[in-house]
Amino acid sequence: MDTGMLIEKFILVVIIFLISLGIAAYSTYFERKLAAWIQDRVGPDRAGKFGLLQPIADGVKMFFKEDFIPKNSDRWLFIMGPGISMFTALITSAIIPWGPNIQAFGRTIELQVADFNIGILFIFGVVSLGVYGIMIGGWASNNKYSLFGAIRASSQMISYELAMGITLITIILMSGSLSLSEIVDKQHGMNWNIFYQPIAFIIFFVCSLAETNRAPFDLPECESELIGGYHTEYSSMKLGLFLFSEYVSMFISAAVISILFFGGYNFPGMDNFSGNTLALLCVLAFFAKIFMFIFIFMWIRWTIPRFRFDQLMHLGWKTLIPLSIINMLVTGIVIAFYQGWF
Amino acid sequence: MESKKEIKTKAPVFFDSKETIDGDIATINFGPTHPATHGIFQNILKVDGEKIISSEQTVGYIHRAFEKLAERRPYNQITPITDRLNYCSSPINNMGWHMTVEKLIQAEIPKRVQYMRIIIMELARIADHLICNSVVGVDSGALTSFFYPFNQREKIYELYEEVCGARLTTNIGRIGGFERDFSPEFHRKLKEFLRTFPKEFNEFDSMLLRNRIFMDRTKGTGAISAERALAYSFSGPNLRATGVDYDVRAMNPYSSYEDFDFTIPVGVNGDTYDRFCVRQEEIRQSIRIIEQAYSNLPEGSYKADIPEFYLPPKEDVYNQMEALIYHFKIVMGETEIPVGEVFHSVEGGNGELGFYLISDGGRAPYRLQFRRPCFIYYQAYPEMITGQTLSDAVLTLSSMNVIAGELDA
Repeated sequence: MDTGMLIEKFILVVIIFLISLGIAAYSTYFERKLAAWIQDRVGPDRAGKFGLLQPIADGVKMFFKEDFIPKNSDRWLFIMGPGISMFTALITSAIIPWGPNIQAFGRTIELQVADFNIGILFIFGVVSLGVYGIMIGGWASNNKYSLFGAIRASSQMISYELAMGITLITIILMSGSLSLSEIVDKQHGMNWNIFYQPIAFIIFFVCSLAETNRAPFDLPECESELIGGYHTEYSSMKLGLFLFSEYVSMFISAAVISILFFGGYNFPGMDNFSGNTLALLCVLAFFAKIFMFIFIFMWIRWTIPRFRFDQLMHLGWKTLIPLSIINMLVTGIVIAFYQGWF
Repeated sequence: MESKKEIKTKAPVFFDSKETIDGDIATINFGPTHPATHGIFQNILKVDGEKIISSEQTVGYIHRAFEKLAERRPYNQITPITDRLNYCSSPINNMGWHMTVEKLIQAEIPKRVQYMRIIIMELARIADHLICNSVVGVDSGALTSFFYPFNQREKIYELYEEVCGARLTTNIGRIGGFERDFSPEFHRKLKEFLRTFPKEFNEFDSMLLRNRIFMDRTKGTGAISAERALAYSFSGPNLRATGVDYDVRAMNPYSSYEDFDFTIPVGVNGDTYDRFCVRQEEIRQSIRIIEQAYSNLPEGSYKADIPEFYLPPKEDVYNQMEALIYHFKIVMGETEIPVGEVFHSVEGGNGELGFYLISDGGRAPYRLQFRRPCFIYYQAYPEMITGQTLSDAVLTLSSMNVIAGELDA
């Protein structure tokens, strides 16, 4: 490993970190503007032009709030909770392929921090860890509403991860690899998985809504029943981290959906370009897809009501899991048929 | 430093007792400041996981002793008290009270006043039902459905403003009529409202009524049978949702409701969804009534001819002796009130709002009792939510439209 590579990876890590945080911060602004648009309101427009400084104002406000730790809470776990949430939300960005290789300074630079050959499994491992932040935070608060939120979060995550995992097997069957960059390369041009696996996409999309605790699956924090769910007792930047990690994981989910089903950075007509122009256009296409999914996530949140807990479980176990298993079996049989097993 | 530490140890510490957290059953406080209760009431729920095993309600957090207060106040000063009962539809409360006093003094009310009252009361009913149904939407997680009807409610409040100058606690009208006639601006705004409301209301309707998640959330939850509802003496939309077609406007018409053509929607199951649907349909019927009343608005005076109760205009007070005397007597609460006992009820925003008034001829009522529908609904609440989940309990409470101000009086 040479120093040049270390430097380039370091720069890439910093850039991706900043982009993730920046997009998460501006998704809060975008969400509020979008909600206002849907609800026939104006939305934030006081801080800066069109309220563009609103995320910064929010952050400053969060930092200057009193940081309150309830007396009967478990102090260290209480502090750890939001940290784990934020950490697990951010770390996933390490293995996302942002674009094809670029040529700069006489080197070939990969636009991916780490190209694991088990990329997908890594993502799922880390995302599953994310529930610990919520669980530990909810448990350590020593508040029954928080505990309710934490229990709901953990059972919801476990139920929906199953369907998500099975759906993923179909994608792995299609591409024959666990590495994200290979999955993306397989979908070159317009050869996207969505056209072969529409059912898998729908299941995966519903599950990622549930995984990121977004409406209509925002039961762990539903403000009308559980006050704030797992973050009822949190204040100041700890609350900020919880809320922020939701947006980071939304960004990552959007990226993962784009990679698995919408060809990642591939776009139709990409063969007409080459070199750095291609890389730039690919990155732009990838971000366009991510923003589209973030928009859809928000659109759903501001349109439909929330599930009840038993209906959530019903949907997860009795609808999505059987459907994903059938989908996986059919995919396997078709692939085996094409490869001449029969 | 030392003293600070001492205070810290002396502070009360509320640990969960063993049986509430270690066993299967947990006790949680649903209220008094829970965001979903929309007011100050407390429910102590025993829950097994998500399921509610038993519930015990507490009332009286904002008890303001209205009935006792009324015993010390002249009749015209009781109107502002009635504002604070169901503050989502205070004009109905105001006018219900005015009609009760008019019944006691047997005043002749001009047709125009009655029609004007009907227009205002039906606007208030629309506002009340809009709030209730949009809050059902919020509690089921659809926040957007909150803002659409609130634009419309804003227009209704602007109409109130044109008539009386206030918005929420309206204190609208006087005993015997109105303080002034409808202004030209009111006519313009009402026409505008009647033109735009149905379209925008249908938008709200289409957001929730046939939404699969919303239907799953509300159908079969928080249900009560017609027998039980009658046993509790339910009234209003909550009773009609169970299938009983009782409406004070039709059964015991007041203020010329018998002149109008409207239907009374009834539900079947008495669940949250039926209550939602009944309210939605009632809003449409209210629009029909307003249209009829407005197009047939009779000519005439906006007040009854009862000089001993209705404040004379200021220029008469300064120039005529009789007016000055009446003004003095009304303001000082010295008017002659007949001895008697009356009960008058109106179809309020969320049920039959009754006024039981006993007068011993004094300046203030001897006794005034409000029949408050919310107080009745809230008694049935534990029965309705037992066996349901926590999420259903929230929706049931908001769909019954229990208003803390009316509950506690």
